[in-house]
Amino acid sequence: MPASPIDRETEEALIPLSALQHYLFCPRQCALIHVEQLWAEDAATAEGRLFHDKVDAGRAETRPGQRVARGVALRSVALGVTGKADVVEFRGRDHLTPFPIEYKRGKPKAHRADEVQLCAQAMCLEEAFGVPVPEGALFYGETRRRQGVAFDEALRALTRQTADAARSMIASQATPPPVHMPACRRCSLEALCQPARLEAPPSVARWLAAQIGA
Amino acid sequence: MRRMLNTLYVTSEDAWLRKDGANVVVEIDGSERGRAPLHMLEGVVSFGRPGASPALLAACAEAGITISHLDPNGRFLARVEGPRTGNVLLRRAQFRAADNPTRGVPIVRGIVAAKAANQRTVIRRALRDHGDSLPGGGREALEAAERRLTDVARRTLAATSVDLLRGLEGEAAQAYFGVFNQLLRTGDPAFVFGGRSRRPPLDRVNALLSFFYALLGHDCRSALEAHGLDPQVGFLHSDRPGRASLALDLMEELRPVLADRLVLSLINRRQLAADDFTVEDAGGVRLNETARKRVLVAWQERKRDELTHPFFGESMPLGVVAHAQAQLLARHLRGDLDGYPGFVWK
Ligand code: SF4
Repeated sequence: MPASPIDRETEEALIPLSALQHYLFCPRQCALIHVEQLWAEDAATAEGRLFHDKVDAGRAETRPGQRVARGVALRSVALGVTGKADVVEFRGRDHLTPFPIEYKRGKPKAHRADEVQLCAQAMCLEEAFGVPVPEGALFYGETRRRQGVAFDEALRALTRQTADAARSMIASQATPPPVHMPACRRCSLEALCQPARLEAPPSVARWLAAQIGA
Repeated sequence: MRRMLNTLYVTSEDAWLRKDGANVVVEIDGSERGRAPLHMLEGVVSFGRPGASPALLAACAEAGITISHLDPNGRFLARVEGPRTGNVLLRRAQFRAADNPTRGVPIVRGIVAAKAANQRTVIRRALRDHGDSLPGGGREALEAAERRLTDVARRTLAATSVDLLRGLEGEAAQAYFGVFNQLLRTGDPAFVFGGRSRRPPLDRVNALLSFFYALLGHDCRSALEAHGLDPQVGFLHSDRPGRASLALDLMEELRPVLADRLVLSLINRRQLAADDFTVEDAGGVRLNETARKRVLVAWQERKRDELTHPFFGESMPLGVVAHAQAQLLARHLRGDLDGYPGFVWK
Protein backbone atom coordinates (compact mmCIF):
# COMPACT_ATOMS: atom_id res chain seq x y z
CA MET A 1 0.00 0.00 0.00
CA PRO A 2 2.44 2.64 -1.15
CA ALA A 3 1.82 6.29 -0.42
CA SER A 4 0.40 8.25 -3.31
CA PRO A 5 2.34 11.15 -4.80
CA ILE A 6 1.49 14.65 -3.64
CA ASP A 7 1.67 17.92 -5.47
CA ARG A 8 4.99 19.67 -5.65
CA GLU A 9 4.06 22.56 -3.41
CA THR A 10 2.97 20.30 -0.56
CA GLU A 11 6.07 18.23 -1.07
CA GLU A 12 8.36 21.23 -0.89
CA ALA A 13 6.69 22.47 2.27
CA LEU A 14 7.56 19.28 4.14
CA ILE A 15 10.08 19.81 6.92
CA PRO A 16 12.55 17.19 8.17
CA LEU A 17 11.33 14.97 10.99
CA SER A 18 14.44 15.90 12.97
CA ALA A 19 13.26 19.53 13.07
CA LEU A 20 10.57 18.51 15.58
CA GLN A 21 13.14 17.31 18.05
CA HIS A 22 15.31 20.35 17.49
CA TYR A 23 12.30 22.59 17.97
CA LEU A 24 11.36 20.96 21.26
CA PHE A 25 14.93 21.20 22.51
CA CYS A 26 15.18 24.85 21.49
CA PRO A 27 13.34 26.74 18.72
CA ARG A 28 16.46 28.79 18.00
CA GLN A 29 18.50 25.64 17.54
CA CYS A 30 15.88 24.46 15.09
CA ALA A 31 16.12 27.73 13.14
CA LEU A 32 19.92 27.79 13.17
CA ILE A 33 19.97 24.29 11.69
CA HIS A 34 16.98 24.33 9.36
CA VAL A 35 16.76 27.99 8.37
CA GLU A 36 20.34 29.18 8.58
CA GLN A 37 21.91 25.81 7.76
CA LEU A 38 24.60 26.26 10.36
CA TRP A 39 26.75 23.24 11.02
CA ALA A 40 24.73 21.21 8.60
CA GLU A 41 27.85 19.07 8.14
CA ASP A 42 28.07 18.46 11.86
CA ALA A 43 24.53 17.20 11.99
CA ALA A 44 25.36 14.84 9.15
CA THR A 45 28.40 13.45 10.95
CA ALA A 46 26.37 13.04 14.10
CA GLU A 47 23.78 11.12 12.13
CA GLY A 48 26.52 8.91 10.74
CA ARG A 49 27.66 8.03 14.25
CA LEU A 50 24.11 7.37 15.25
CA PHE A 51 23.75 4.90 12.46
CA HIS A 52 26.68 2.82 13.70
CA ASP A 53 25.33 2.54 17.19
CA LYS A 54 21.99 1.57 15.90
CA VAL A 55 23.25 -1.22 13.70
CA ASP A 56 24.85 -2.83 16.76
CA ALA A 57 21.84 -2.41 18.94
CA GLY A 58 19.55 -3.45 16.11
CA ARG A 59 20.86 -6.97 16.01
CA ALA A 60 19.91 -7.62 19.61
CA GLU A 61 16.45 -6.24 19.03
CA THR A 62 15.50 -8.30 16.06
CA ARG A 63 13.36 -11.32 16.73
CA PRO A 64 12.98 -14.30 14.49
CA GLY A 65 9.85 -14.65 12.42
CA GLN A 66 9.27 -10.94 12.31
CA ARG A 67 9.54 -8.73 9.27
CA VAL A 68 11.92 -5.87 9.95
CA ALA A 69 12.60 -2.89 7.70
CA ARG A 70 15.50 -0.51 8.27
CA GLY A 71 16.00 3.09 7.23
CA VAL A 72 12.40 3.44 6.06
CA ALA A 73 11.69 6.68 4.17
CA LEU A 74 8.56 8.33 5.55
CA ARG A 75 6.39 11.34 5.16
CA SER A 76 3.11 12.68 6.40
CA VAL A 77 1.09 15.25 4.52
CA ALA A 78 -1.05 15.86 7.59
CA LEU A 79 1.98 16.66 9.75
CA GLY A 80 3.97 18.18 6.89
CA VAL A 81 7.10 16.21 7.67
CA THR A 82 9.49 13.94 5.85
CA GLY A 83 12.27 11.74 7.16
CA LYS A 84 13.33 8.28 8.02
CA ALA A 85 12.60 5.62 10.63
CA ASP A 86 15.60 3.66 11.90
CA VAL A 87 13.73 0.41 12.19
CA VAL A 88 10.13 -0.61 11.63
CA GLU A 89 8.99 -4.01 12.77
CA PHE A 90 5.80 -5.38 11.28
CA ARG A 91 3.89 -7.14 13.98
CA GLY A 92 0.64 -8.93 14.44
CA ARG A 93 -0.49 -12.17 12.96
CA ASP A 94 -0.23 -10.94 9.39
CA HIS A 95 2.72 -8.75 10.02
CA LEU A 96 0.61 -5.74 9.18
CA THR A 97 0.99 -3.50 12.20
CA PRO A 98 4.04 -1.26 11.95
CA PHE A 99 6.01 -0.79 15.15
CA PRO A 100 8.67 1.95 14.85
CA ILE A 101 11.87 1.73 16.87
CA GLU A 102 14.25 4.62 17.20
CA TYR A 103 17.79 4.26 18.53
CA LYS A 104 19.24 7.07 20.62
CA ARG A 105 22.86 7.35 21.63
CA GLY A 106 22.17 8.95 25.00
CA LYS A 107 19.75 8.18 27.77
CA PRO A 108 16.06 8.95 28.33
CA LYS A 109 15.44 12.66 28.69
CA ALA A 110 13.16 14.79 30.78
CA HIS A 111 11.64 16.49 27.74
CA ARG A 112 9.48 14.60 25.28
CA ALA A 113 11.47 15.28 22.09
CA ASP A 114 12.31 11.62 21.50
CA GLU A 115 8.72 10.50 22.00
CA VAL A 116 7.49 13.21 19.66
CA GLN A 117 9.91 12.15 16.96
CA LEU A 118 8.80 8.55 17.30
CA CYS A 119 5.14 9.54 17.35
CA ALA A 120 5.66 11.55 14.16
CA GLN A 121 7.09 8.42 12.57
CA ALA A 122 4.05 6.48 13.71
CA MET A 123 1.73 9.05 12.20
CA CYS A 124 3.68 8.84 8.93
CA LEU A 125 3.33 5.05 9.01
CA GLU A 126 -0.41 5.32 9.61
CA GLU A 127 -0.71 7.57 6.60
CA ALA A 128 1.36 5.26 4.42
CA PHE A 129 -0.27 1.98 5.42
CA GLY A 130 -3.74 3.06 6.44
CA VAL A 131 -3.62 1.09 9.69
CA PRO A 132 -3.45 2.31 13.28
CA VAL A 133 0.00 2.35 14.85
CA PRO A 134 -0.66 2.29 18.58
CA GLU A 135 2.87 1.90 19.92
CA GLY A 136 6.59 1.85 19.29
CA ALA A 137 9.83 1.87 21.25
CA LEU A 138 12.90 3.95 21.98
CA PHE A 139 16.18 2.22 22.56
CA TYR A 140 18.80 4.13 24.50
CA GLY A 141 22.45 3.32 23.81
CA GLU A 142 23.80 4.64 27.07
CA THR A 143 21.50 2.67 29.34
CA ARG A 144 20.91 -0.10 26.76
CA ARG A 145 17.28 0.09 27.82
CA ARG A 146 14.28 -0.23 25.65
CA GLN A 147 11.33 1.94 26.48
CA GLY A 148 7.88 1.33 25.06
CA VAL A 149 5.94 4.37 23.89
CA ALA A 150 2.17 4.45 23.52
CA PHE A 151 0.94 6.95 20.96
CA ASP A 152 -1.92 8.33 23.03
CA GLU A 153 -3.94 11.39 22.13
CA ALA A 154 -1.87 13.70 24.33
CA LEU A 155 1.37 12.71 22.58
CA ARG A 156 -0.26 13.00 19.17
CA ALA A 157 -1.55 16.47 20.01
CA LEU A 158 1.91 17.56 21.14
CA THR A 159 3.39 16.14 17.95
CA ARG A 160 0.89 17.97 15.73
CA GLN A 161 1.41 21.17 17.66
CA THR A 162 5.20 20.91 17.43
CA ALA A 163 5.09 20.15 13.70
CA ASP A 164 2.87 23.18 13.10
CA ALA A 165 5.06 25.47 15.15
CA ALA A 166 8.30 24.28 13.56
CA ARG A 167 6.84 24.45 10.07
CA SER A 168 5.60 28.01 10.45
CA MET A 169 8.88 29.10 12.02
CA ILE A 170 10.87 27.60 9.17
CA ALA A 171 8.49 29.13 6.62
CA SER A 172 8.92 32.57 8.20
CA GLN A 173 12.70 32.17 7.82
CA ALA A 174 13.16 34.10 11.03
CA THR A 175 15.51 32.96 13.77
CA PRO A 176 14.21 33.63 17.26
CA PRO A 177 16.64 35.23 19.70
CA PRO A 178 18.42 32.91 22.13
CA VAL A 179 17.14 32.16 25.59
CA HIS A 180 20.14 31.33 27.73
CA MET A 181 19.35 28.16 29.68
CA PRO A 182 21.20 25.25 31.29
CA ALA A 183 20.53 23.09 28.22
CA CYS A 184 22.76 25.41 26.17
CA ARG A 185 25.75 23.60 27.61
CA ARG A 186 24.62 20.46 25.81
CA CYS A 187 23.89 22.29 22.57
CA SER A 188 26.31 21.68 19.72
CA LEU A 189 25.53 25.13 18.34
CA GLU A 190 26.40 27.08 21.45
CA ALA A 191 29.54 28.67 19.98
CA LEU A 192 27.63 29.86 16.94
CA CYS A 193 24.57 30.88 18.91
CA GLN A 194 26.34 32.80 21.68
CA PRO A 195 23.28 32.75 23.95
CA ALA A 196 24.97 34.62 26.81
CA ARG A 197 25.99 37.52 24.59
CA LEU A 198 23.01 37.69 22.28
CA GLU A 199 20.14 37.03 24.65
CA ALA A 200 19.95 40.71 25.46
CA PRO A 201 22.62 42.28 23.25
CA PRO A 202 23.80 45.79 24.02
CA SER A 203 23.20 48.63 21.61
CA VAL A 204 26.19 48.27 19.31
CA ALA A 205 26.49 52.03 18.79
CA ARG A 206 26.82 52.53 22.54
CA TRP A 207 29.15 49.58 22.89
CA LEU A 208 31.43 50.97 20.16
CA ALA A 209 31.45 54.39 21.76
CA ALA A 210 32.50 52.85 25.06
CA GLN A 211 35.29 50.88 23.38
CA ILE A 212 36.64 53.96 21.71
CA GLY A 213 36.30 56.07 24.80
CA ALA A 214 34.16 58.76 23.24
CA MET B 1 34.00 29.43 18.39
CA ARG B 2 35.82 27.23 15.96
CA ARG B 3 38.86 25.08 16.35
CA MET B 4 41.97 26.73 14.99
CA LEU B 5 43.42 24.25 12.57
CA ASN B 6 46.68 24.68 10.74
CA THR B 7 47.20 26.42 7.49
CA LEU B 8 49.82 24.73 5.35
CA TYR B 9 52.08 27.29 3.71
CA VAL B 10 54.09 25.97 0.81
CA THR B 11 56.90 28.40 0.23
CA SER B 12 59.04 26.71 -2.41
CA GLU B 13 58.46 28.14 -5.82
CA ASP B 14 58.99 24.73 -7.44
CA ALA B 15 56.64 22.77 -5.23
CA TRP B 16 54.02 20.41 -6.63
CA LEU B 17 51.20 19.30 -4.34
CA ARG B 18 49.48 15.99 -4.58
CA LYS B 19 47.25 13.70 -2.56
CA ASP B 20 48.41 10.46 -1.01
CA GLY B 21 45.68 8.70 0.93
CA ALA B 22 44.35 11.24 3.40
CA ASN B 23 47.51 13.35 3.20
CA VAL B 24 48.77 16.24 1.18
CA VAL B 25 52.29 15.65 -0.11
CA VAL B 26 54.70 18.40 -1.14
CA GLU B 27 57.06 17.38 -3.92
CA ILE B 28 60.00 19.15 -5.49
CA ASP B 29 61.58 17.65 -8.60
CA GLY B 30 59.75 14.41 -8.03
CA SER B 31 60.95 13.85 -4.49
CA GLU B 32 58.82 14.16 -1.41
CA ARG B 33 59.67 17.11 0.85
CA GLY B 34 56.83 16.98 3.32
CA ARG B 35 53.36 15.74 4.06
CA ALA B 36 50.46 16.66 6.31
CA PRO B 37 47.20 14.87 7.14
CA LEU B 38 44.24 16.67 5.59
CA HIS B 39 42.09 16.50 8.72
CA MET B 40 44.58 18.75 10.52
CA LEU B 41 44.25 21.49 7.93
CA GLU B 42 41.99 24.44 7.51
CA GLY B 43 43.65 25.86 4.43
CA VAL B 44 46.58 25.55 2.06
CA VAL B 45 48.42 28.60 0.80
CA SER B 46 50.91 27.88 -1.94
CA PHE B 47 53.52 30.20 -3.37
CA GLY B 48 54.64 27.54 -5.81
CA ARG B 49 54.32 27.79 -9.55
CA PRO B 50 53.55 24.20 -10.63
CA GLY B 51 50.29 23.80 -8.71
CA ALA B 52 48.35 20.87 -7.31
CA SER B 53 46.88 17.62 -8.58
CA PRO B 54 43.17 17.42 -9.37
CA ALA B 55 42.83 14.59 -6.84
CA LEU B 56 44.14 16.86 -4.09
CA LEU B 57 41.92 19.73 -5.23
CA ALA B 58 38.90 17.45 -5.05
CA ALA B 59 39.79 16.05 -1.63
CA CYS B 60 40.34 19.56 -0.23
CA ALA B 61 37.13 20.83 -1.76
CA GLU B 62 35.19 18.05 -0.14
CA ALA B 63 36.81 18.55 3.25
CA GLY B 64 36.18 22.30 3.16
CA ILE B 65 39.89 23.07 2.91
CA THR B 66 40.52 26.04 0.68
CA ILE B 67 43.64 26.14 -1.46
CA SER B 68 44.91 29.59 -2.36
CA HIS B 69 47.58 30.06 -4.98
CA LEU B 70 49.70 33.16 -4.54
CA ASP B 71 52.61 34.20 -6.67
CA PRO B 72 56.00 34.24 -4.95
CA ASN B 73 55.41 37.85 -3.93
CA GLY B 74 52.25 36.91 -2.14
CA ARG B 75 49.95 38.30 -4.79
CA PHE B 76 46.70 36.38 -5.02
CA LEU B 77 46.31 34.31 -8.18
CA ALA B 78 43.51 31.83 -7.71
CA ARG B 79 41.76 29.70 -5.19
CA VAL B 80 39.92 26.44 -5.21
CA GLU B 81 37.01 25.78 -2.95
CA GLY B 82 34.36 23.15 -2.60
CA PRO B 83 30.67 23.16 -3.35
CA ARG B 84 29.46 24.87 -0.22
CA THR B 85 25.83 24.72 0.64
CA GLY B 86 26.23 28.29 1.81
CA ASN B 87 23.28 30.10 3.17
CA VAL B 88 21.12 31.70 0.57
CA LEU B 89 19.01 33.65 3.09
CA LEU B 90 22.04 35.23 4.66
CA ARG B 91 23.43 36.10 1.25
CA ARG B 92 20.16 37.70 0.25
CA ALA B 93 20.17 39.74 3.47
CA GLN B 94 23.75 40.74 2.66
CA PHE B 95 22.88 41.75 -0.91
CA ARG B 96 19.83 43.70 0.17
CA ALA B 97 21.87 45.55 2.77
CA ALA B 98 24.64 46.25 0.26
CA ASP B 99 22.12 47.66 -2.24
CA ASN B 100 20.74 50.10 0.28
CA PRO B 101 22.98 53.11 0.90
CA THR B 102 21.87 53.70 4.48
CA ARG B 103 21.61 50.07 5.52
CA GLY B 104 25.37 49.61 5.30
CA VAL B 105 26.15 52.55 7.59
CA PRO B 106 26.15 50.64 10.92
CA ILE B 107 28.43 48.02 9.37
CA VAL B 108 30.92 50.43 7.86
CA ARG B 109 30.86 52.48 11.04
CA GLY B 110 31.88 49.44 13.06
CA ILE B 111 34.71 48.67 10.64
CA VAL B 112 36.10 52.19 10.40
CA ALA B 113 35.75 52.96 14.10
CA ALA B 114 37.55 49.73 15.02
CA LYS B 115 40.26 50.29 12.44
CA ALA B 116 41.03 53.81 13.63
CA ALA B 117 40.97 52.62 17.25
CA ASN B 118 43.35 49.78 16.42
CA GLN B 119 45.74 52.08 14.57
CA ARG B 120 45.64 54.22 17.68
CA THR B 121 46.50 51.19 19.80
CA VAL B 122 49.58 50.49 17.66
CA ILE B 123 50.74 54.04 18.34
CA ARG B 124 49.81 53.95 22.01
CA ARG B 125 51.82 50.79 22.53
CA ALA B 126 54.85 52.38 20.87
CA LEU B 127 54.48 55.42 23.10
CA ARG B 128 54.06 53.29 26.17
CA ASP B 129 57.05 51.04 25.42
CA HIS B 130 59.48 53.45 23.82
CA GLY B 131 58.06 56.94 24.27
CA ASP B 132 61.05 58.13 26.27
CA SER B 133 63.69 56.95 23.84
CA LEU B 134 62.15 58.40 20.70
CA PRO B 135 64.37 60.82 18.82
CA GLY B 136 63.58 64.54 18.68
CA GLY B 137 60.07 65.31 17.57
CA GLY B 138 59.14 61.64 17.27
CA ARG B 139 57.22 61.53 20.45
CA GLU B 140 55.27 64.69 19.69
CA ALA B 141 54.42 63.38 16.21
CA LEU B 142 53.11 60.13 17.64
CA GLU B 143 51.11 61.91 20.29
CA ALA B 144 49.57 64.16 17.68
CA ALA B 145 48.67 61.15 15.52
CA GLU B 146 47.20 59.40 18.55
CA ARG B 147 44.93 62.38 19.22
CA ARG B 148 43.94 62.65 15.60
CA LEU B 149 43.01 58.97 15.43
CA THR B 150 40.93 59.33 18.58
CA ASP B 151 39.18 62.25 16.99
CA VAL B 152 38.53 60.33 13.76
CA ALA B 153 37.25 57.30 15.67
CA ARG B 154 34.83 59.51 17.60
CA ARG B 155 33.59 61.19 14.46
CA THR B 156 32.82 57.80 12.89
CA LEU B 157 30.24 57.28 15.62
CA ALA B 158 28.24 60.23 14.34
CA ALA B 159 28.84 59.74 10.60
CA THR B 160 25.60 59.08 8.76
CA SER B 161 26.74 57.92 5.34
CA VAL B 162 29.17 55.41 3.92
CA ASP B 163 30.83 58.17 1.91
CA LEU B 164 31.56 60.16 5.05
CA LEU B 165 32.95 57.03 6.66
CA ARG B 166 35.18 56.37 3.67
CA GLY B 167 36.53 59.89 4.06
CA LEU B 168 37.21 59.27 7.75
CA GLU B 169 38.96 56.04 6.94
CA GLY B 170 41.24 57.92 4.54
CA GLU B 171 41.91 60.54 7.18
CA ALA B 172 42.88 57.88 9.70
CA ALA B 173 45.20 56.21 7.19
CA GLN B 174 46.93 59.53 6.57
CA ALA B 175 47.46 60.21 10.25
CA TYR B 176 48.67 56.67 10.87
CA PHE B 177 50.94 56.06 7.92
CA GLY B 178 52.19 59.64 8.29
CA VAL B 179 53.97 58.56 11.48
CA PHE B 180 54.66 54.95 10.58
CA ASN B 181 58.36 55.76 10.14
CA GLN B 182 58.54 56.90 13.76
CA LEU B 183 57.48 53.40 14.77
CA LEU B 184 60.53 51.87 13.06
CA ARG B 185 63.35 52.10 15.55
CA THR B 186 66.40 50.42 14.01
CA GLY B 187 67.73 53.51 12.27
CA ASP B 188 68.61 51.20 9.38
CA PRO B 189 68.14 53.11 6.11
CA ALA B 190 67.07 49.85 4.44
CA PHE B 191 63.89 49.98 6.49
CA VAL B 192 62.52 53.38 5.77
CA PHE B 193 58.86 53.58 4.97
CA GLY B 194 58.20 55.81 1.99
CA GLY B 195 54.42 56.02 2.20
CA ARG B 196 52.06 53.23 1.27
CA SER B 197 52.83 51.67 -2.11
CA ARG B 198 51.27 48.44 -3.32
CA ARG B 199 51.66 47.72 -7.00
CA PRO B 200 54.49 47.11 -6.68
CA PRO B 201 55.68 47.73 -3.12
CA LEU B 202 58.51 50.24 -3.48
CA ASP B 203 60.35 49.60 -0.23
CA ARG B 204 60.95 46.75 2.17
CA VAL B 205 58.37 47.89 4.69
CA ASN B 206 55.70 48.00 2.02
CA ALA B 207 56.79 44.61 0.69
CA LEU B 208 56.23 43.14 4.15
CA LEU B 209 52.94 44.92 4.70
CA SER B 210 51.62 43.70 1.36
CA PHE B 211 52.77 40.18 2.09
CA PHE B 212 50.91 40.01 5.39
CA TYR B 213 47.85 41.70 3.96
CA ALA B 214 47.67 38.96 1.33
CA LEU B 215 47.77 36.28 4.06
CA LEU B 216 45.18 38.13 6.09
CA GLY B 217 43.02 38.40 2.99
CA HIS B 218 43.12 34.64 2.57
CA ASP B 219 42.07 34.12 6.19
CA CYS B 220 39.28 36.71 6.09
CA ARG B 221 37.87 35.28 2.92
CA SER B 222 37.80 31.78 4.35
CA ALA B 223 36.17 33.03 7.55
CA LEU B 224 33.40 34.79 5.62
CA GLU B 225 32.74 31.73 3.50
CA ALA B 226 32.69 29.48 6.53
CA HIS B 227 29.94 31.66 7.98
CA GLY B 228 27.86 31.70 4.82
CA LEU B 229 28.65 35.24 3.66
CA ASP B 230 29.59 36.19 0.11
CA PRO B 231 33.15 37.54 0.20
CA GLN B 232 32.63 39.57 -2.97
CA VAL B 233 29.82 41.83 -1.83
CA GLY B 234 31.16 44.50 0.47
CA PHE B 235 30.00 47.61 2.27
CA LEU B 236 33.05 49.82 2.66
CA HIS B 237 34.54 48.52 -0.58
CA SER B 238 32.06 48.70 -3.41
CA ASP B 239 31.60 45.87 -5.88
CA ARG B 240 34.21 45.43 -8.53
CA PRO B 241 34.44 42.32 -10.69
CA GLY B 242 36.95 39.91 -9.28
CA ARG B 243 37.43 41.79 -6.04
CA ALA B 244 36.68 40.16 -2.70
CA SER B 245 35.22 43.38 -1.32
CA LEU B 246 33.76 41.95 1.87
CA ALA B 247 37.05 40.21 2.66
CA LEU B 248 38.75 43.58 2.23
CA ASP B 249 36.15 45.15 4.54
CA LEU B 250 36.74 42.53 7.21
CA MET B 251 40.50 42.94 6.87
CA GLU B 252 40.48 46.64 7.62
CA GLU B 253 40.12 46.46 11.38
CA LEU B 254 42.49 43.48 11.62
CA ARG B 255 45.36 44.97 9.61
CA PRO B 256 46.87 47.01 12.46
CA VAL B 257 46.51 44.14 14.94
CA LEU B 258 47.73 41.22 12.89
CA ALA B 259 49.87 42.64 10.12
CA ASP B 260 51.21 46.10 11.01
CA ARG B 261 52.21 45.17 14.52
CA LEU B 262 54.03 42.11 13.25
CA VAL B 263 55.88 44.10 10.58
CA LEU B 264 57.05 46.52 13.24
CA SER B 265 58.24 43.83 15.60
CA LEU B 266 60.05 41.84 12.89
CA ILE B 267 61.95 44.94 11.83
CA ASN B 268 62.52 46.41 15.27
CA ARG B 269 63.80 43.12 16.64
CA ARG B 270 66.10 42.89 13.62
CA GLN B 271 64.64 39.56 12.59
CA LEU B 272 64.93 40.71 9.00
CA ALA B 273 67.91 42.22 7.22
CA ALA B 274 68.21 44.33 4.11
CA ASP B 275 69.32 41.37 1.99
CA ASP B 276 66.24 39.37 2.90
CA PHE B 277 64.64 41.38 0.11
CA THR B 278 65.27 41.71 -3.58
CA VAL B 279 65.03 45.08 -5.21
CA GLU B 280 63.98 44.60 -8.80
CA ASP B 281 65.15 46.73 -11.70
CA ALA B 282 61.89 48.59 -11.97
CA GLY B 283 61.97 49.44 -8.26
CA GLY B 284 59.61 46.78 -6.96
CA VAL B 285 60.73 45.12 -3.73
CA ARG B 286 60.02 41.52 -2.77
CA LEU B 287 60.75 39.18 0.09
CA ASN B 288 63.26 36.40 -0.66
CA GLU B 289 62.27 32.77 -0.43
CA THR B 290 64.31 31.99 2.69
CA ALA B 291 63.04 35.07 4.52
CA ARG B 292 59.51 34.21 3.47
CA LYS B 293 59.75 31.03 5.53
CA ARG B 294 60.79 32.87 8.67
CA VAL B 295 58.11 35.44 8.17
CA LEU B 296 55.44 32.75 7.79
CA VAL B 297 56.51 31.11 11.02
CA ALA B 298 56.15 34.47 12.75
CA TRP B 299 52.72 34.90 11.18
CA GLN B 300 51.56 31.50 12.43
CA GLU B 301 52.84 32.28 15.91
CA ARG B 302 51.11 35.63 15.91
CA LYS B 303 47.83 33.92 15.11
CA ARG B 304 48.27 31.66 18.12
CA ASP B 305 48.48 34.56 20.57
CA GLU B 306 45.51 34.44 22.92
CA LEU B 307 43.44 37.49 23.70
CA THR B 308 40.05 38.33 25.08
CA HIS B 309 37.52 39.16 22.42
CA PRO B 310 36.09 42.57 23.31
CA PHE B 311 32.50 41.80 22.38
CA PHE B 312 32.20 38.15 23.38
CA GLY B 313 34.40 38.61 26.46
CA GLU B 314 35.80 35.18 25.61
CA SER B 315 39.43 34.18 25.24
CA MET B 316 40.48 33.05 21.78
CA PRO B 317 43.57 32.89 19.58
CA LEU B 318 44.08 35.90 17.34
CA GLY B 319 43.71 33.56 14.36
CA VAL B 320 40.07 32.92 15.22
CA VAL B 321 39.12 36.59 15.46
CA ALA B 322 38.26 36.80 11.74
CA HIS B 323 35.75 34.00 12.33
CA ALA B 324 34.27 35.75 15.35
CA GLN B 325 33.87 38.94 13.31
CA ALA B 326 32.32 37.13 10.34
CA GLN B 327 29.86 35.60 12.79
CA LEU B 328 29.01 38.99 14.29
CA LEU B 329 28.48 40.45 10.83
CA ALA B 330 26.18 37.55 9.96
CA ARG B 331 24.25 38.07 13.20
CA HIS B 332 23.83 41.74 12.41
CA LEU B 333 22.60 40.97 8.90
CA ARG B 334 20.19 38.38 10.30
CA GLY B 335 18.86 40.93 12.77
CA ASP B 336 20.23 39.77 16.13
CA LEU B 337 22.37 42.88 16.55
CA ASP B 338 21.55 46.49 15.72
CA GLY B 339 25.05 47.19 14.44
CA TYR B 340 28.36 45.58 13.68
CA PRO B 341 30.69 45.47 16.70
CA GLY B 342 34.08 45.85 15.05
CA PHE B 343 37.07 44.23 16.70
CA VAL B 344 38.51 46.88 18.98
CA TRP B 345 41.97 45.93 20.18
CA LYS B 346 43.38 47.41 23.35
S1 SF4 C 1 22.90 27.55 22.65
FE1 SF4 C 1 21.00 27.52 23.83
S2 SF4 C 1 19.75 29.13 22.91
FE2 SF4 C 1 21.39 28.68 21.49
S3 SF4 C 1 20.53 27.21 20.08
FE3 SF4 C 1 21.58 26.06 21.65
S4 SF4 C 1 20.05 25.63 23.20
FE4 SF4 C 1 19.21 27.24 21.88
